[in-house]
Amino acid sequence: MINILTVYGQLLIKALGQTLLLALLGLFFACILGIIFGIMSVLKSKVCRVIQQVFVDIIRGVPMIVLAFFIYFGVPYAFNNLLGVRMVLTALQAGTIALALNCGAYMSEIIRAGIQSVDVGQMEAARSLGLSYWRSMYRVVMPQAIRTMIPTIINQFIITLKDTSILSVIGFPELVNTAKTVVANTMDSFSVWAIVGVMYLIVITTLSKVAKALERRLSYDRKK
Amino acid sequence: MTVRSNNVKIHVSHLQKSFGDLEVLKDISTDIYEGEVVVILGPSGSGKSTFLRCLNRLEEFQSGEVVVDGYNMADKKIDINKVRENIGMVFQHFNLFNNLNVLKNLMLAPVDLKKADKETAKKQALAMLEKVGLSDKADAYPHQLSGGQKQRVAIARALCMNPDIMLFDEPTSALDPEMVGEVLQVIRQLAAEGMTMVIVSHEIGFAREVADRAIFMDGGYIVEEGTPEEVILNPKEPRAIDFFNKVL
Ligand SMILES: Nc1ncnc2c1ncn2[C@@H]1O[C@H](COP(=O)(O)OP(=O)(O)O)[C@@H](O)[C@H]1O
Ligand SMILES: [Mg+2]
Repeated sequence: MINILTVYGQLLIKALGQTLLLALLGLFFACILGIIFGIMSVLKSKVCRVIQQVFVDIIRGVPMIVLAFFIYFGVPYAFNNLLGVRMVLTALQAGTIALALNCGAYMSEIIRAGIQSVDVGQMEAARSLGLSYWRSMYRVVMPQAIRTMIPTIINQFIITLKDTSILSVIGFPELVNTAKTVVANTMDSFSVWAIVGVMYLIVITTLSKVAKALERRLSYDRKK
Repeated sequence: MTVRSNNVKIHVSHLQKSFGDLEVLKDISTDIYEGEVVVILGPSGSGKSTFLRCLNRLEEFQSGEVVVDGYNMADKKIDINKVRENIGMVFQHFNLFNNLNVLKNLMLAPVDLKKADKETAKKQALAMLEKVGLSDKADAYPHQLSGGQKQRVAIARALCMNPDIMLFDEPTSALDPEMVGEVLQVIRQLAAEGMTMVIVSHEIGFAREVADRAIFMDGGYIVEEGTPEEVILNPKEPRAIDFFNKVL
């Protein structure tokens, strides 16, 4: 095991870096998608709500590995062969899109639930004072919704971080993919997978701890 | 009791409002004058809250006319937010902004709507807190206050927009009995200052004391209307007689 660490340690650390890069990119776009679709789901407009629902249903109903293959192989194929437009996606691009869509759908549900958990009286009070819908949302509803959402969002971040391993199937050199090569070279699958497991564990546990601290800092009705 | 001026502040005629198939307000007409205090009485489910919420368009209605301060509330082209700045509303369950402390609850709307800069808004907020007897609670969060304190903050918050009209929807119904008095005292003071107010309340004694006029609603209609003495002590309609027999 020591041997593997000295020879392949740096490679694995680099692969972890790629995992984190993919996760961060995916999460960044997932947040944008989640906010857009989450807000659409609480609007009066039925069309907006239906669009969000269909998006969530599709993502829920399709395994991410299928989504990843579809985006990485299927979409460029359609562009090149059916539409006659040249198009290539790198594994990082395809992976980011797959993660963003997947996590974004769940985020939109989290955001919808968070907004709906805020008593309608809060919005009504703000509106009765003359604030517009969006100002009321921004100043009163969202700050309260976000507080209730934070634990679930962090949990979703962790799931997404783990889901990056699924993207090893499209050849992105993240941790699992790299580990496979190391196993092939060393034939010591016990040590390699143990090391990789511990690496994930450290990152995710740290993230959970940060989440706990954040949650405590943001709560206004527990302290004081 | 204030002298009634001849200015109509709120004009309602043939107001009709349904939730889906349920017709809640059937045909409501009344005029409320500047400086007048109107108390709305009636059994639960008779449409009192819905009526009040039509006055600032928290509820949209199907037909009829509601004109507040000259603004036709059915008109989609009016700037409803501007109109609402002038109509304070106090809710049964207070609805203080849970994410903000008392001072910020009071300052939010005036600052956000550019009615005042931060300093002026803060001064005014502190003055309003003094008025409702809660100067020491400026830094408290809503969850640290008693029900009576919350409702007084809610009134102060509405007053910080300097409204001409105040709407109260059962402001004391969610309070423990010992806290009712402190809230009624604030409303009494507003009445003395000549504020135009529409108050949905079950406090019969209070209604008789502060109201210029009482309206008894039932089944989506105004069943009785007149001075509090007339409506409460000498109702003519069977439904009203029945109601006041039960509550008096
Ligand atoms: N948002 C709503 N959707 C559907 N029905 C409602 C809604 N709000 C009130 N109602 C119904 O309208 C009727 C009148 O309600 P409300 O105005 O709250 O009466 P009150 O304040 O006199 O007790 C009730 O039957 C109530 O169930
Ligand atoms: Mg009511």
